[in-house]
Amino acid sequence: MKYWISAILLVVLAAGTALSGMNEYFFFAGYVVLTFVVLATAWNILGGYAGYVNFGTAAFFGIGAYTATVLFKWLGAPLAVQIAGGALISGLLGFGVGLLTLRLRGIFFAIATVAVIFICETLMINWRYVGGATGLQLLRPEVLAPFETYTRMLFVLMALLAVGAVSIARYIQTSWFGRGLRAIRDSEEAAEASGVPTLKLKLFACTVSGMLMGAAGAPMPMYLSFIEPVSSFNLTYSVSALAMPMIGGTAHWIGPVIGALLLGSVQQIVTVTISNEINVLVVGVLLVLFVVLAPDGVIGLFKKWTRYFK
Amino acid sequence: MFFSFDLLFEAVLFGVLLGCFYAAVSIGLSVSFGLLDVPHVAHPAIMVFGAYCTYLLGLYGFDPIVAGIVLMAPFFLLGMLVYRFYYETFERRGSEAGVRGLAFFFGLAFIIEVGLILAFGVDQRFVEADYIGSSLSLGDYRIPYRMLVAFGVALVLTISLTLYLSKTFTGRAIKAVAQDEPALRLMGANPVRIKQWAFGIATGVSALAGAMLIIVGPVEPSLDRVYIGRTFAVVVLAGLGSMTGTLAAGLILGISESIVLMLFGASWAPAVAFGLLLIVLGIRPQGLFGR
Amino acid sequence: MKLSRRSWLSVAIGLVIGAVAPVSVAQQNPIKVGIGIAQTGTLGGGGKAALLAIQMWVEDVNQKGGLLGRKVELISYDDQSNPATIPGIYTKLLDVDGVDLLIAPYGTVPTAPLMPMVKQRGLLLMGNFSFQVNHKVQHDMWFNNAPWNDASSWSDGFIRAGQKHGAKTIAILAADQEFAQNLANGARVLAKKAGLKTVYEQNYPPTTVDFSSMIRAVRAAKPDIVFVMSYPNDSVAIVRAVNEIGVGSSVKLFGGGMVGLQFTPIMASLGSSLNGIVNYNSYVPGIKYPGVEEFLQRYAKKAVEAKVDPLGFYLPPFNYAIGQMLEQAIKATNSIDHKKLADYLRKNEMKTIVGPIRYDKNGEWANPRVVQAQFRGVVDKNVEQFRDPKKQVVIYPDQYKTGEVVVPFEKARK
Repeated sequence: MKYWISAILLVVLAAGTALSGMNEYFFFAGYVVLTFVVLATAWNILGGYAGYVNFGTAAFFGIGAYTATVLFKWLGAPLAVQIAGGALISGLLGFGVGLLTLRLRGIFFAIATVAVIFICETLMINWRYVGGATGLQLLRPEVLAPFETYTRMLFVLMALLAVGAVSIARYIQTSWFGRGLRAIRDSEEAAEASGVPTLKLKLFACTVSGMLMGAAGAPMPMYLSFIEPVSSFNLTYSVSALAMPMIGGTAHWIGPVIGALLLGSVQQIVTVTISNEINVLVVGVLLVLFVVLAPDGVIGLFKKWTRYFK
Repeated sequence: MFFSFDLLFEAVLFGVLLGCFYAAVSIGLSVSFGLLDVPHVAHPAIMVFGAYCTYLLGLYGFDPIVAGIVLMAPFFLLGMLVYRFYYETFERRGSEAGVRGLAFFFGLAFIIEVGLILAFGVDQRFVEADYIGSSLSLGDYRIPYRMLVAFGVALVLTISLTLYLSKTFTGRAIKAVAQDEPALRLMGANPVRIKQWAFGIATGVSALAGAMLIIVGPVEPSLDRVYIGRTFAVVVLAGLGSMTGTLAAGLILGISESIVLMLFGASWAPAVAFGLLLIVLGIRPQGLFGR
Repeated sequence: MKLSRRSWLSVAIGLVIGAVAPVSVAQQNPIKVGIGIAQTGTLGGGGKAALLAIQMWVEDVNQKGGLLGRKVELISYDDQSNPATIPGIYTKLLDVDGVDLLIAPYGTVPTAPLMPMVKQRGLLLMGNFSFQVNHKVQHDMWFNNAPWNDASSWSDGFIRAGQKHGAKTIAILAADQEFAQNLANGARVLAKKAGLKTVYEQNYPPTTVDFSSMIRAVRAAKPDIVFVMSYPNDSVAIVRAVNEIGVGSSVKLFGGGMVGLQFTPIMASLGSSLNGIVNYNSYVPGIKYPGVEEFLQRYAKKAVEAKVDPLGFYLPPFNYAIGQMLEQAIKATNSIDHKKLADYLRKNEMKTIVGPIRYDKNGEWANPRVVQAQFRGVVDKNVEQFRDPKKQVVIYPDQYKTGEVVVPFEKARK
């Protein structure tokens, strides 16, 4: 119950901020941070709970964005339909990729997911309807009342998506699914031997993960009023979606949220004050630092400190 | 698409040269990942770093091949350091660490890429040499000299490394460590030292591969991304640990890419390596000559 | 500590003076002009020179007392020639830096993502050497400073020159990006109208670095004209590939829409490989615009200090002219309101160092002035040679013509 109250409060807070006089840039940057909350949470379902390091976040994200573009250009679809479409197609992609690659161990799975990114990017580059390598300019529809600008509306929308994604992750973690996934992470052979349906669980995690990433990508074309393949399938999305849960902590649903809010905010601040490159450097350095020094992330550090002070 | 047998022949020819080049840039990975099981996704990034070092030496008048050879020693040391760090932090601590080791190398690749952007900017960098910019005329066919040079160096490199691993004492120790580490330990050899040495060699080889990279074409910091696909495609197709397989796999990739380029255009070429990788992983993950 | 009565009096007088004194020019908030412009990446070679010219205009305006009694301040960021950085840069300029006026990035490709944004926010945008970037969005407050209008204004000269020498077939090589595709779409229509047969056509991804396969295919197709639409990185790679393996003896005319062969650093590094190429330009030495030569002399001094393109033929005069147009519009309407400025720019003819400029309803030059010139007798490693008008012989249009084109291409390269 406590969870749901906080979740609703957060959405209300987001909406309230969007209706206030806060500087527009806050929403422009905030939208990106919230996108990463969804991406990190989605990644963690397969990467943290089941232990399958997925490097293909950029593929699911980009496909979500392009699905939304197609729906918008072809049918003039509203945002809700675009997001549903993005989630559906990326979910299917997740299922397909899972079917092909989940039999592979560790690094092979990771490299296979990188391959999926480039193949998706190449397909979009060769598809004239969505602009090919040139890209597509998109004119947004009118913003819905009571929001002043489209960016503010997208900010609240992404807050809703974030709460939704975290709720799904929380449900999976505490349910039978979560136990199965943890068993797979601890020892896949033992899980198989004790009757856990490992392939079905992995496919499930991969599909849900893909769906959420697609949903996060779908509003992107409207956010920028522009879409092009190289930035939509940028490997930086993959590294960030992996770094944030590793920094926050992969065992619990709050880990990716902490990681995304922390790292995401730092990234946005650095981008505005220093430069875009340093922002990517920050991700790389923090990832390496945490992976080497604090493998259980911020949650792990927190647990250690509270134990220390008891 | 305009098609003729002349074009096809030229494409295959170019593909052979390109393929040998791909084999040479992947052979370092064949050792570090194929033999030593290190999830070294930062291998292309280190190679691109080597290409930039070649560029720097080129500004002082060094011929790129000479620069590449000169760089092999410092890169060898760099490789040993990186492996030592990786071993102490990850490999020692068991299988959980495998996932984190992978994340570490991805982080490292990004740090190298951004470091290069900060140091050199996003502009393309070229290197000048007498053999870059002209081509050999064989009747109607034109073969760029830079490709011939890269082909030659690549062939020498690949054959030398294969001979080293099968004929010399340390080389065979490296292969032994890959096949049966406990047995080696029982015989009194220190597997960690051997693996460190091997990783150093793989990195040293990457320095020369980087020199060839900048001979073949201009480099820019994000070049490592597409080479992740190419190098892993070659190594996986070859079968982990097979050096001769690397040459064969490289040729297959080079020729396929060249033919796709001719038939379908440059917009499909980057997908060839990644597509090949997925196909191999899906159908025959142990590759052609895998152990 | 007790202040004496005298000290209190001084403080009081100071406060009163501070409160009622008229604010001097220097203290009033400046008019901020914002731009994201390539300083690195494929367009960086041109962008650096362009930014220097804009900075020169800002200095000149401030020396004359500013605009509307306020100083002009330029805020610029490097877009790295990457269109993906533009939404972030311009949102930051507008919402964090609070700029009053916008100048577009240099080049069509970085400007494309900006068009929906400025239309949606109702902002005036001064275009900077873009090509037809407004044709989908149809923004009514767009004023592009570039000597061309539509594809015909660009390609006519090139195609006609080929036809005069009996060309019947054409090959089109275009990068898959906004500029090249806009130009290629137009060129295809024009080639058909002119009765030319397309024997080879290829769109390549902008990141392509190896053109040997494409040049081989072009050679095999034996075209009379090769129309290339490329950005600096690919232009350089294509010139090198042509130099390396040759394009065949059938080709009469090669070039047309290669961006980057106007940047001095690229011209100097390609040297003799340029010979024979017929390419577009905005200004070559010898063309007489009012005030441009005096500007280039001043520019050359500053460019050497800033370690930037010392000749500055291609972009700097036009970028300075953007500033001049803004200046005239602001002074005439006595405001920085975007609608009023747009109205003025639409209805009036502005006087600039690249001649008089008048805009049509699409925001493009009503009277295009693109020249096509052939490189001749260029030697390696020499920057100053390009001051000589004989190195770039203008073959079109007639009013600026200085010579006849030499065909075929292979002969002109010697």
